Amino acid sequence: MGVLVPTFFGVTLVAFVFIRMLPGDPVLLMAGERGMSEERHAEMMKQFGFDRPIYEQYFSYIGDLVQGDLGTSIITKKPVLEEFMTLFPATVELSLCAIIIAIFIGLPAGMIAATRRGSSFDHTVMAGALTGYSMPIFWWGLLLIILFSGILGWTPVSGRISLLYFFEPVTGFMTIDSLLSGQKGAFSSALSHLILPSIVLGTIPLAVIARQTRSAMLEVLGEDYVRTARAKGLGPGRVIGLHTLRNAMIPVITVIGLQVGVLFAGAILTETIFSWPGIGKWMVDSIFRRDYPSVQGGLLLIAAVVMLVNLVVDLLYGLINPQIRHTD
Amino acid sequence: MGKSSKLLAAFCGFSLLTVGAIGVQAKTLVYCSEGSPEGFNPSLYTAGTTFDASSRQLFNRLVEFERGTTIITPGLAESWDVSENGLEYTFHLRKGVKFHTTKNFTPTRDFNADDVIFSFMRQFDKDHPYHKISGGNYEYFNSMSMPDLIKEIVKVDDYTVKFILNRPEAPMIANIAMDFASITSSEYADKMMAAGTPDTVDQEPVGTGPFQLVAYQKDAVIRYAANPSYWRGKAAIDNLVFAITPDASVRYQKLKAGECHVMPYPNPADLKAMAEDPAINLMNQEGLNVGYLAYNSLIPPFDNPAVRKALSKAINKEAILEAVFQGAGKVAKNPIPPTIWSYNEAVVDDSYDPDAAKKMLADAGVKDLTTKIWAMPVQRPYNPNARRMAELIQADWAKVGVKAEIVSYEWGEYLKRSKDKDRDGAVLLGWTGDNGDPDNFLAVLLGCDAVGSANRAQWCYKPFEDLIQKAKVVADPAERTKLYEQAQIIFKEQAPWTTIAHSVVYEPVRKEVVDYRIGPFGGHVFYGVDLK
Repeated sequence: MGVLVPTFFGVTLVAFVFIRMLPGDPVLLMAGERGMSEERHAEMMKQFGFDRPIYEQYFSYIGDLVQGDLGTSIITKKPVLEEFMTLFPATVELSLCAIIIAIFIGLPAGMIAATRRGSSFDHTVMAGALTGYSMPIFWWGLLLIILFSGILGWTPVSGRISLLYFFEPVTGFMTIDSLLSGQKGAFSSALSHLILPSIVLGTIPLAVIARQTRSAMLEVLGEDYVRTARAKGLGPGRVIGLHTLRNAMIPVITVIGLQVGVLFAGAILTETIFSWPGIGKWMVDSIFRRDYPSVQGGLLLIAAVVMLVNLVVDLLYGLINPQIRHTD
Repeated sequence: MGKSSKLLAAFCGFSLLTVGAIGVQAKTLVYCSEGSPEGFNPSLYTAGTTFDASSRQLFNRLVEFERGTTIITPGLAESWDVSENGLEYTFHLRKGVKFHTTKNFTPTRDFNADDVIFSFMRQFDKDHPYHKISGGNYEYFNSMSMPDLIKEIVKVDDYTVKFILNRPEAPMIANIAMDFASITSSEYADKMMAAGTPDTVDQEPVGTGPFQLVAYQKDAVIRYAANPSYWRGKAAIDNLVFAITPDASVRYQKLKAGECHVMPYPNPADLKAMAEDPAINLMNQEGLNVGYLAYNSLIPPFDNPAVRKALSKAINKEAILEAVFQGAGKVAKNPIPPTIWSYNEAVVDDSYDPDAAKKMLADAGVKDLTTKIWAMPVQRPYNPNARRMAELIQADWAKVGVKAEIVSYEWGEYLKRSKDKDRDGAVLLGWTGDNGDPDNFLAVLLGCDAVGSANRAQWCYKPFEDLIQKAKVVADPAERTKLYEQAQIIFKEQAPWTTIAHSVVYEPVRKEVVDYRIGPFGGHVFYGVDLK
């Protein structure tokens, strides 16, 4: 826990400084080809408070932050926290589905590949993992859309739900809200819209999890206690399920935890391709427009989520292996 | 009742009303828009995406552009008079126009002069109670020089408003037809101010337009319902939905799958397939824009018109059109596009002739010239690939012995640095018209006042300046046309830019869409559109 507070402030500093290091300023970008007089430019910079020394701007930002104020977008004029909270459930829903697909396919694939090392299944899984890992998300997404939506017509092209359905968002999670709405067909529509983006976003984590599971399993399979278990006459199910998997899970869980950052990064492209209204697309737009408050606030909130997930992963270690329980 | 449930109730109410009234299923047109609007008050923003979602569906102006043209027609003003000296514009307002009824607001009166005064004074008067609400940046109002132009706005009576100007300005009526001049409800603004939530007027808009906002989910969808009491008559479609789809290839897939009816900004690479698709009608129209290469006329040898003309003659524009625009463009010879009145068809372009260019450079005493070509880092309708364009120009110039280095900067920096009077090199840039008036190109981009800002050629030439200044104050359109035609001849002789291309705008729509028209300013208007 002691590490979280300095990390948190480190993130505020990095986000604050880096967005300002990018060339160009938000006021110039707002004016575009139309241009703006020097006086008007100075007036607007002053209005946003960007004319003050950078350290002064930073301390003022921190002052607001500790009071829970993440600032207001200079483009939409809406509070950053409100915009984030409106879009965040969509990203979480997509990321959860993506990671579930990655775990449910990657974990067994890696396990089987390890137990059948050198087999054609092993080679196929490893080749598939390498391909999945190397695939450009944008190209992969478009390919799936053209095939499954365009040619076969099995899935919708983009969006979160058919435009025929219209109901009040309660949780922001479309699958849950569609169930709550009670409208016939809404849930299946929401689910069908999740399929392709989840596959696209889940591809890289799936590849990483499959490879990590395979290598962790191989390592554990060579341990003395596994040989002993086999020598004792235990069946392959008990050897793998009880003795191998449990010990191989620690590096795999670490990798799954680290995928949260990968998912947020992948969400930027996935959300753009699938017109998915989440924070990835919002962050990119904010960076392009030099919307400093949105970029700072967004990065900070994403960092907080990533830190939280890593904390959960740390706690999980203890559950899996009581020997590594934290004493402090 | 929560905010969203009220919206939902309003939407369902409208749908039921329209369905019940005509006894058939409601007609819903889906437009796959390219992005989210910045907000819903068009006076606060400058992006076309925002105008599409706000002014073009929700609001009216005193005067408006006829759909699909640059012709000005009466809007909320039935008629207008201009005083002899060109300093007073009197607008006679339309009676019986209703504002939208929404969950927050039920109008108690019809549109009148108070709404006009409110809409303009909010932008004009820095002490107006609404001036600073929602950030208070009125960039279009400012960039059209309205604060300098307007002296006073007077309510003569409930249905008459007078604009008094500081100087005569012939494009004034065209300015008033622009999106920033949309009329909002002063009664609604007063109510929200009294409730302590003045910024609501910019987020939950109330206008007089053909559609009213039902719901908006950022980066996902905007839903509108036809305004049943619209003063021009209810729209042919009952509901309008903007399905926000940022990627052009995905928009095309949605159009093909029938998930939307109209899409903007197709990928040039998809045009051929769209044209061959029996379900799609690929519409096109010349864009109201120009892409150019501006020399710095303050720095030798580019201060010599003969050198500028020689460099223009060295550029193979047809090759650029093919490689950069993939055929979706037209060679530009004048600084204004052919769709604008006063375009001078008689002007002869500098033909591609590298030998003549070489000779002209030698005659001008220019040898071993080295310079820079500035390539924009962004894609624009008037220049879809500036880097590629710069490379082609670089190769063309190399053939006449001119060595050019290509430079580029981040967009904001590019715009800033390219304005410098001592800038080194020629800049690729362009312009899309705001109001269909030639002044919006010639004075904004080539006038003496714009040197050091939008006049990237830093070109201030008295004979040209005299003509465009005179055209600004003359009221007679025929006389203005003559003046602008002469100005274009002088421009061509002096060649401060190499005019490169006017793009062609393509818009694929599904065949069931009836009477959709491409907006000359790049806007998307759905009033008047029907579905088969």
